[in-house]
Amino acid sequence: MRRVVITGAGTINALGASVPETMIAMQEGRNGIGPLEIRDVERLSIRIGGQVRGFVPEDHFNRQQLALYDRFTQFTLMAANEALAQSGLEFSGALAAEAGVVLGTAGGGLNTWDENYRMVYEEGKNRVHPFVVPKLMNNAAASHVSMTHNLKGPTFTVATACASSNHAMGQAFQLVRSGASRVMLAGGSEAMLTFGGVKAWEGLRVMSKDACRPFSANRNGMVQGEGAAVFVLEDYEHARARGAEILAEISGFSMTSDAADIVMPSRQGASRAISGALKDARMSTAEVGYINAHGTGTAANDKTECAVVSDVFGADADRLMISSTKSMHGHVIGGTGAIELIACLMALRDGIIAPTINYEEPDPECALDVVPNTAREAKVSAVLSNAFAFGGLNAVLALRAV
Amino acid sequence: MSDSVSEKVIEIIAEQALLEPSEVALDQSLEDLGVDSLGLVEAIFAIEETFDIQVPFNANEPEKSDFDISSVSAIIAAVTALIAEQAA
Repeated sequence: MRRVVITGAGTINALGASVPETMIAMQEGRNGIGPLEIRDVERLSIRIGGQVRGFVPEDHFNRQQLALYDRFTQFTLMAANEALAQSGLEFSGALAAEAGVVLGTAGGGLNTWDENYRMVYEEGKNRVHPFVVPKLMNNAAASHVSMTHNLKGPTFTVATACASSNHAMGQAFQLVRSGASRVMLAGGSEAMLTFGGVKAWEGLRVMSKDACRPFSANRNGMVQGEGAAVFVLEDYEHARARGAEILAEISGFSMTSDAADIVMPSRQGASRAISGALKDARMSTAEVGYINAHGTGTAANDKTECAVVSDVFGADADRLMISSTKSMHGHVIGGTGAIELIACLMALRDGIIAPTINYEEPDPECALDVVPNTAREAKVSAVLSNAFAFGGLNAVLALRAV
Repeated sequence: MSDSVSEKVIEIIAEQALLEPSEVALDQSLEDLGVDSLGLVEAIFAIEETFDIQVPFNANEPEKSDFDISSVSAIIAAVTALIAEQAA
């Protein structure tokens, strides 16, 4: 089996339009969540979100491209460009033939669905733009990254709700580890902050109206964000041979299904995913210094996640740091694991642990070191990134510093 | 009015509990009736649609909500109050 390293990272999200901007915001514990600026917001009861602001698509894409790029595809291309520029890779010949793209998204081109439903249902129009289908399809982002960068190997999209991008990165990791491909792009994207997207979440009654406060006793729900993150996963020997800068090593991955409830998380499913990732990485609980939590800020997730971490880590849970950056960028659904991996890279490379902001009251059911409110300097050599999705689908990545 | 409110609320809860309305007693809790959190959210949606009211309920903090769900009779009382309040 081959070793798999990350040699490029890119993102756009509520905290910034690049990895360095996002890391600075995480170090400052900045809140990227604010009043939603979307059409018909006055008809929503949830009016906050982690929106990407100041992004002008016309500055980056031409008119023909914009006719085909939903917002989730635009985010993905921005992130992929940054990641590939950092990696220094260009694709031709044999490398292009085996390199591919695996991306996660839960909703795909939701802005396109929203706008076009509005036109035909609300405005009564009987004709839609010819590119509605290729614009909204869930694999559009993966395909456009493939076309833009000449990636001709395995390319597909994974949809497992809030675990989509962890599943995607896990799939890409396995393709590189098995030797099927020397380079894969992986990550995820979501652009669900539309009237219909937020309205659907309102229905579940798990959204907060004021803030995302993971692990805090006064937490009252999740807050949605939007954005994308993409990483270049590369065979370690290939990266070394070309003198690439290595950001971290992906050492293990595990995925499980609760097979229990469509929305309530289960301890056994999450626990098996965490233990499985450790085992796959041959990583002991003592080695892990930081966990990027799923940490949604709902009552159900946070207490289940803390109980599971305590179970799996035993006495090692006492010296472990675990934070939820969703408190800052919101829950980016199918793209969230990818954006959160940036906090993992920051921990491993820079020795800075991103905080859980909005932490106000300790909760005895979440009695772990959640790095409240202020980033912390700490040397860690191994980290985990958790994702536990609706549908009971869990995906956990294990990474090491190189 | 209040009799029909109580009848309709019981019907909604009975549907979520997979019971006949006659099998639902006023002093029972949702837990007694076997209604889980998803069933509760569905019942609240049905109550909102039936009576055209907004129910203040967040599944993350059901106990902190102004909407009392501790028993069938409590829910009926809360719905009755909301109808009066929101008609005003």
